[in-house]
Amino acid sequence: MDAFAALIEELDQSTGTKRKIDLIAGHLQQADAHDAAWTVLLLMGERRKRLITGRRLREILQQASAMPDWLFDDCQSHVGDSAETLSLLWPQLKSDIGGGIHNPGVTIWINQLGHSPPMHWWMEQLLPAVAAMEAEEQSSTVLAIWESLPNDRLFLFNKLLTGGFRIGVARGLVVKAIATGFNLEEALVLERLMAPADASEHWFRALTAAASEERGNRGPVPYPFFLASPLKPETIEDTAPSEWWVEHKWDGIRGQLIQRESGAYLWSRGEELINEQFPELIEMASAIPADTVLDGEVICWAESEQQPRPFSDLQRRLGRKNVGRKLRLECPVSFVAYDLLERNGQDLRSAPLQQRLEQLSAVQQRMDVNTAGWRCRLSSGQQLEHWDQLNRLRQEAVEQGAEGVMLKHLQSPYLSGRKRGHWWKHKRDPMTLDAVLIYAQAGRGRRANLFTDYTFALWEKQTESTSNPQLVTFAKAYSGLNDAEILELDRWIRSHTRERFGPTRSVEPELVFEIGFEGIQASKRHKCGLAVRFPRILRWRSDRTADSANTIEDARTLCDQVVKRTSSL
Amino acid sequence: MNVLERTDSGLYCRAADAWIDPSRPVSRALITHAHADHARPGCGEYWAVDISEGVLRQRLGRDITLHSMPYRQEFWLNQACLSFHSAGHVLGSAQIRLMVEDQVWVVTGDYKRCPDPSCEPFEVVPCDVLITEATFGLPIYAWDTGKRVATEIRDWWHADRERPSLLFCYSFGKAQRLLAELNAIGVEEEVLLHGAVETVTRHYREAGVAMTASRPVSELPRKDSLVGRLVLAPPSAHRSAWMRRFRSPQTAFASGWMAVRGARRRRGYERGFILSDHADWQGLIRTVLESGAERVYVTHGQSDVMARFLRERHGLDAKPLDQLN
Repeated sequence: MDAFAALIEELDQSTGTKRKIDLIAGHLQQADAHDAAWTVLLLMGERRKRLITGRRLREILQQASAMPDWLFDDCQSHVGDSAETLSLLWPQLKSDIGGGIHNPGVTIWINQLGHSPPMHWWMEQLLPAVAAMEAEEQSSTVLAIWESLPNDRLFLFNKLLTGGFRIGVARGLVVKAIATGFNLEEALVLERLMAPADASEHWFRALTAAASEERGNRGPVPYPFFLASPLKPETIEDTAPSEWWVEHKWDGIRGQLIQRESGAYLWSRGEELINEQFPELIEMASAIPADTVLDGEVICWAESEQQPRPFSDLQRRLGRKNVGRKLRLECPVSFVAYDLLERNGQDLRSAPLQQRLEQLSAVQQRMDVNTAGWRCRLSSGQQLEHWDQLNRLRQEAVEQGAEGVMLKHLQSPYLSGRKRGHWWKHKRDPMTLDAVLIYAQAGRGRRANLFTDYTFALWEKQTESTSNPQLVTFAKAYSGLNDAEILELDRWIRSHTRERFGPTRSVEPELVFEIGFEGIQASKRHKCGLAVRFPRILRWRSDRTADSANTIEDARTLCDQVVKRTSSL
Repeated sequence: MNVLERTDSGLYCRAADAWIDPSRPVSRALITHAHADHARPGCGEYWAVDISEGVLRQRLGRDITLHSMPYRQEFWLNQACLSFHSAGHVLGSAQIRLMVEDQVWVVTGDYKRCPDPSCEPFEVVPCDVLITEATFGLPIYAWDTGKRVATEIRDWWHADRERPSLLFCYSFGKAQRLLAELNAIGVEEEVLLHGAVETVTRHYREAGVAMTASRPVSELPRKDSLVGRLVLAPPSAHRSAWMRRFRSPQTAFASGWMAVRGARRRRGYERGFILSDHADWQGLIRTVLESGAERVYVTHGQSDVMARFLRERHGLDAKPLDQLN
């Protein structure tokens, strides 16, 4: 455990990616394989069953001390993390609590703790045992452990016990570290990580074993996605329009569909396997020839309909472990293919887009229509003729239920990540409303102790009970301000607080912000009767006063326009 | 009767016809210490502690009208008897005691209770009404000794002799405390200073504070790589043009705010050293109790939290300062 704690501390104190990779790689090479397995899983943020809630841990400390509830609340909203709050409070409170925690069961654990037990003892013996204890025994054991630990270990213990262990190390970074430390290809490490993990010595050895045989293909491992950047027209206006391919930018989720002899794999852009959420697409994939990899969009789109359903339909299926029959019928999914990364096991990514599109079309023609049918669509596009076509095409795309258009260079290879110059996205302009800041809440992590979660309201001109205009909550937004604005707004909020509700403060309704969003629809769950998608702050309207902000009526008008636009087709 | 009242310019004592740390120019200002948010330019006359004079004149102008008083010496302004008492915050920092008729009020200004080799220790001043700060008024804040933090800093600096070590800290108070703490644990190697730190450090040397040897960075030749050197600089220099002179330095920030992980990560320093010139939670409570005050007003930072705790736990008549009227 000491080595792991040292690693975490060093990671916490380093800012460069390279340095972090070296630290992790070095640690994994040295560590006992059983412990290293745990390290890998913890660093990757592998979801574990929560052993004890942060709330329960707090209750233990609170019952033993005389500290009032509201003071805990204030501390927690200041720190932004319950495990960290408890770690900071314990050294303060322990002198009040004192000893007197001596039951024989506890003593055994404490004795072992004194002999620098290995990490897997913590993870497999101590923590599960603590979690399984009856309330009273649990309290006294946790208190005794806190008592015996040095202050700089409290945070780690509390974090591990409450299960929410995240330290700002991305999954990709751990993969790189394993690859570096054990001389493996990243693709191979990724593939091995797909096997069920069990935090054992055996698993870690298999993960880091030298590459033995030549692999025929990548198996289920996805290619890195190539991402587009928002269009800056001036950067491409000197090129010939005919060099560009224009297609709809669909409003679904990006997906990579891999068909192998061993089965089909559907990956999201966040590199999560989403086979279970979309069984229809996995079924459909059996019609695709083996060793084919498609890039495209997962979207709700019924067989007989001319255009896709709104994103909110797809949202109903995301995050579900199992999709029932009813949901399958109500929200039918389809895969809109727009790129071909591999055909017959051959990596096509360096071929120009034009060739990949021709081959994609050939693949689709060879698919078994009976099985695949409408569930695999080819994204329609066209070569651009004039630059002045672009905005009309975008408008048409929006009317057909897309977010806008994509502009792809016909000679472009399929690169990885966000590389500018080849692919551009040209979305419709966001809808906007000017809203008044009414509540603020402190953020978490890097934004702890700064008011960064904002709630905005619009005016309701008249209500049944009063003829005075009222502010009604409309949307929450977290992003869009720069660091200097965040600090300025934080100071303003502190000096213009009206009331406090735990971590939330209501503020004087004075400041106006322009809020941008991608969609608006009626919603029963929201107080104002409307829900918006991707709300964010576009700018701080310091030129405006609260009474000039928009009304709920304005928002309803926007919503009606959206409904009209989509139903008129 | 209230000895002090709140005005737009800050706390005002009618009996003395003087403001304490006024926020805008007034005829007569009583200054607790020379930090910019407490000592502002443009007042008719200033009253302050004698050893704060150097820094005060440097910051407010050489020709200000300044009446400087030693600690604990009583003096009268109109109907009020006043005196300055050490606050242990920075060199020359003071609490201000005001006695009007038989009532004694004390304004702590900023203060700390931990020992600090760069300034006089805090003095407990009994009073009827206490106005205390509460910058770090939450029980999550508990300070280690300066000696221990200085040892951590030395180890951090000495562990990487391949790069310059840039330690950011407030240029008045914290930087000199660091030099004094390093001196106290036996560091003899010369420390380099950013210009803003250097100008204040001079006054500490004049006041006879024992500190590790130091020199402004600007005195070294431009091509000197500064590898392995410790450099103290104000936070405003972080990521500034000034910092370009140091190739891939290791960076750290010394401040009480570094106690919270999120606050440190947000600022983008690699290391945070928890070192504050304000009182921690226990220090604040102890100060209130030791003063014997029955009425307490709390200002700065966690004033609501402190006031509520003092009311509920200690049965004091405690309120945030904005409720004084």
